[in-house]
Amino acid sequence: MTTEQQSALNGHAPPATAAPAAGTEVAVAIDDVTKVFGRGSSRLVALDGVSLSVAPGEFVCLIGASGCGKSTLLSLVAGLEEPTAGTVSTGGRRVAFMFQEPALFPWLTAVQNVELPLRANGVGRPERRRRALELLDSVHLSGFAGKRPHELSGGMRQRVALARALAQDADVLLMDEPFGALDAMTRDLLHELLEGIWRRQGFSVLFVTHEVREAVRLGDRVVLLSSRPGRVLEEFDVHGERPRGLESGDTVQRALEIKARLNEEVMRHVS
Amino acid sequence: MSAETEDAAALAGLDNLEQDTQVKTRPSAGEIGARIWRSAWPKLLAIVLAVAIWEIVYLLNLKPHVVLPGPFQVFPNLWDQLNHTQLWKAIGLTLRQAVEGFALALIVGTVVGLVVARVPPVRAAVGSLITGLQTIPSVVWIPFAIILFGNNSTAILFMVIITAAPSIANGLIAGVDLTPPLLLRAGKTMGLRRFELYRSLVLPAALPSFVSGLKQGWAFAWHGLLAGELLVIVPNLASIGVLLVSDQDQTDMTGVIAIMIVILVLGVLVDVLFNTLNESLRRRRGLAQAPSTAKGWRLATGIAR
Repeated sequence: MTTEQQSALNGHAPPATAAPAAGTEVAVAIDDVTKVFGRGSSRLVALDGVSLSVAPGEFVCLIGASGCGKSTLLSLVAGLEEPTAGTVSTGGRRVAFMFQEPALFPWLTAVQNVELPLRANGVGRPERRRRALELLDSVHLSGFAGKRPHELSGGMRQRVALARALAQDADVLLMDEPFGALDAMTRDLLHELLEGIWRRQGFSVLFVTHEVREAVRLGDRVVLLSSRPGRVLEEFDVHGERPRGLESGDTVQRALEIKARLNEEVMRHVS
Repeated sequence: MSAETEDAAALAGLDNLEQDTQVKTRPSAGEIGARIWRSAWPKLLAIVLAVAIWEIVYLLNLKPHVVLPGPFQVFPNLWDQLNHTQLWKAIGLTLRQAVEGFALALIVGTVVGLVVARVPPVRAAVGSLITGLQTIPSVVWIPFAIILFGNNSTAILFMVIITAAPSIANGLIAGVDLTPPLLLRAGKTMGLRRFELYRSLVLPAALPSFVSGLKQGWAFAWHGLLAGELLVIVPNLASIGVLLVSDQDQTDMTGVIAIMIVILVLGVLVDVLFNTLNESLRRRRGLAQAPSTAKGWRLATGIAR
């Protein structure tokens, strides 16, 4: 059986790593997308003609000042909202979403939370529990499977949320400032953790942040959006050796460059 | 040590720092006894005070002793009744009617609540009607029930259902409405749809509010039931309400007060039951924790925000 036949049977695209021509294939295609909220005097143009593509296995970071529609863009890719104009396509790939808040179900234990997407996908009970425990282990939380969210720290909850997103076995992982609320040390460690899992599994990541250094630390490519309305201002290639230190000279240098461009954009809104 | 195992170790270290260092030991029998005594003595004191005031009023001779007997007439009377089967049969009958009626109200209230919560036109049509029903005093339903069903136990059952069901439905509707939007987004992105979304997210999220509705529904059902028992006279069925009416007919105030004490105790016991259920629910979700740990409160408020 060929890969195509197999994927047709599974009902979703083959994993990005197995793609024959990773150079030309596109995991997420955002084409000339405009998103308008409200109408009349309260009309707000969140995104204006945004085009962006993410290759299979690519790590793309979106940055911009507030009001640039970063989160809106993720909602469009996740299919939670419809674009006003233009098209968003993931080519039938599975998409998982991770929010700034862990958004765990408080009445379920850590392992039960991770089991949820597996249940939604019709995975049987024993298999579900086995995979959920494996995933918790991959975020170094195997000792906390039976704890409820309120018994865990913020960083631990976010790791459970990461395990839950991974349980969707997605080809595209959308992350909306997932580490924004964490202390610096925990965030550093979670960068390493996420990077390790991403490199092993080879899914695509679209990562929203307002921290330029975080974007440079993680991304293959950093996309800078303008504010009100959101447009793609500039793209920066950051391909370089991994793992990169958050404090390393290269990271800091690239970050300063991008920050300067971001500041220009913010100053444009002063007058 | 490789970079990755080093990171894992650092994470484990942070995790352990976050966990409660307090070693939880099983409380000894003496500690449990002391805890029960701490929560019981104020209540006992209040009861003793109330009985004392009652006895003083009795001794002041404000009313003839037949009309207002003292505690030392009433408690022996109650004790005497507790040693005869008639009172126990009456308690059994009343509680059976309460449970049957409440079970039916639970079904009706849940179905109506779900439909109203899910179907917007139905909500627009009957949503406020349900709240309106709650404001009708239970005795107002008596003539309606007697004419519709006659003087029989069906009329009493109807009283329980019509008074309890609106509160149960409203509790469920409020709970469904209060499902956190962020959890709804999370549920949808992880592929929960329709029935699964309800089963895994909306209904569990609504549970605390639903239980509050049950508790309020029970209070109304208890009112409705006793109003029914006092005013819908069913032949050959000696419920608590019937005992009360027959004591009234014989101007037996001692018997009346004894039965009222029984009604009070039953109400308090069921209330304790619902509170226990509510507390354990909230504790499991981290909405209420043992107040002995300050960290517990911090975490609880963190998740409740």
